[in-house]
Amino acid sequence: MLKIVNNIPQAVTIKEVITETVQVKTFVLDVSLGAEPGQFVNLWIPGLNEKPFSVALDDGKEMHISIAAVGPFSQKMHELKAGDKVGIRGPFGTRFEFKKGQHLALLAGGYGAAPLYFLARRASEAGCSVEFILGARSKDLLLFTDRISALPGVSLHTATNDGSSGYTGFNTDLLVQIVEAGEAEGGAAKIDLICTVGPEIMMMKAMNLAQEKGISAQISVERYMKCGFGVCGNCVVDGLGVPTCISGPVMPLEKVLQIPDFGKYHRDSLGKKIYY
Amino acid sequence: MTDLSVEFCGVRFENPLVLASGVLGVTADSMAQVVRSGAGGVTTKSLWAREHAGHPGPVIIAGEHFMLNAVGIPDAGPEKAREEIAHYREVCKAPLIANIVGGSISDYAEIAGVVADFAPDIIEVNISCPNVSDEFGKPMACSIVKAAEVTALVKKVLLDKGSRVPVTVKLSPNVENIVAIADSVLKAGADGITAINTLGPGMVIDIDFARPVLANKVGGLSGPGMKPIAVKMVHDIYKAGKDGKIGCPIIGTGGVMTGRDAIEMMMAGATLVGVGSAVWFRGQDVFGKIVSEMNEWCESAGVAHLRDVIGKVHAAN
Repeated sequence: MLKIVNNIPQAVTIKEVITETVQVKTFVLDVSLGAEPGQFVNLWIPGLNEKPFSVALDDGKEMHISIAAVGPFSQKMHELKAGDKVGIRGPFGTRFEFKKGQHLALLAGGYGAAPLYFLARRASEAGCSVEFILGARSKDLLLFTDRISALPGVSLHTATNDGSSGYTGFNTDLLVQIVEAGEAEGGAAKIDLICTVGPEIMMMKAMNLAQEKGISAQISVERYMKCGFGVCGNCVVDGLGVPTCISGPVMPLEKVLQIPDFGKYHRDSLGKKIYY
Repeated sequence: MTDLSVEFCGVRFENPLVLASGVLGVTADSMAQVVRSGAGGVTTKSLWAREHAGHPGPVIIAGEHFMLNAVGIPDAGPEKAREEIAHYREVCKAPLIANIVGGSISDYAEIAGVVADFAPDIIEVNISCPNVSDEFGKPMACSIVKAAEVTALVKKVLLDKGSRVPVTVKLSPNVENIVAIADSVLKAGADGITAINTLGPGMVIDIDFARPVLANKVGGLSGPGMKPIAVKMVHDIYKAGKDGKIGCPIIGTGGVMTGRDAIEMMMAGATLVGVGSAVWFRGQDVFGKIVSEMNEWCESAGVAHLRDVIGKVHAAN
């Protein structure tokens, strides 16, 4: 009846560090935790902290975790080299779910490309056709473009604020175009499912579009996660009142519509509301 | 259908299960969800008189029989508590226990006065957290004198404000004689006792890194492995009783996972049963599971009113 598990980080070796962009490095870890696209793991640097990160790949042999240097933990991660060890536990949370042969639109903003690359790869293997819509401020910040383009059945569409790659403007505009073109053409061109990871305002636009067009959507709801146990209570969303480390991060459109804070505010490490 | 309702210090609960402090309980909607899932009441995470940061991670680890935590009682302070408790009242009818904490005796007086204005059903005074001793020294629950002093001061602040809200004091198991401490806080005016806070603290070491896993190095131990100790302490406190008579209002907390566990805790003497780490061991829907297990047992045992089992073990001895 009780779970027979030890939920304690394990030490793993970094096999390789890949520099992706000026901000992002991918850490190839010599471990598989059987993670699925959308799930996250906690990485531990002893003496510093433990932080949650989405999984960019788990192929059954090794895991890829892509990390932008934005704070003390991620900056310390960027100093680590092949051969160094970090602690890891997980996977935690829910995953993206699709059916074989579906036509998917994946909307990634910035670092959201990493978990959606993992999803695109699995979807490609399952014979899905995938529109991968990737947005960033400029071309040099677009993540994983080569890897995404190399996947069979996956078309990459880029949008940049400065027009240095692809569409000039928001990736959500591209999403609208792709969804509406699919609607007009009908049949297999129609989008069956939208999956999105990235800034919350971007995801909210995708959610509104999905609702308006009657398309299924799955959204990665990011809140301040500390424990991964559904115990500390810090990542609980309002409305539903559930911890996103257990009931999320990936939630279907119908659930996200019941979260009044989505697109409005999140909470800091003390539980205080921070408005967008 | 068994009547599961109980009355604790004059407050009626639909069933004896309450969310233990420190687990979930950061927001109104989180606590309302716990009630929807089956709890009879909720306890807020500990409220401070001012903002308080928690520890870095890892903050929680677990083994098969235990959980070890050093979250460090993060809290955004009274304004956030006011907003959340007010919202809880709008969305949920079940009783709310406001748990308060402080670094010094005067902190407790301050937060008790503030929280009284939020009109909780009960105030629980946390004098027993084992995870903040680097900051504040040994918990006050480890001293008969300090435990009574905090209790008397909190009661005085409340009475001075005209508040008759019942006060329960959450005790530490990490003492030589918990019965003596329970007796001292009851004599100092506590209406009830919450027993017990987490054990230890304990430590888990990662042998690959040769370092303690919790960032705080040590943490309070909870989970199934602590239940026999909690049951024994609740038993002893109930037996010692209040005003020379056996029995006193107790929130029995520690390792309760199942309906049978909850009834065992009640037979030891608990009126209310705190549920905490079971939220992880059995899932977020654990309250509903325990309620149906209690119902099943009561029906098979021919118990019409669950409250009749409170302290039952003492009748047999």
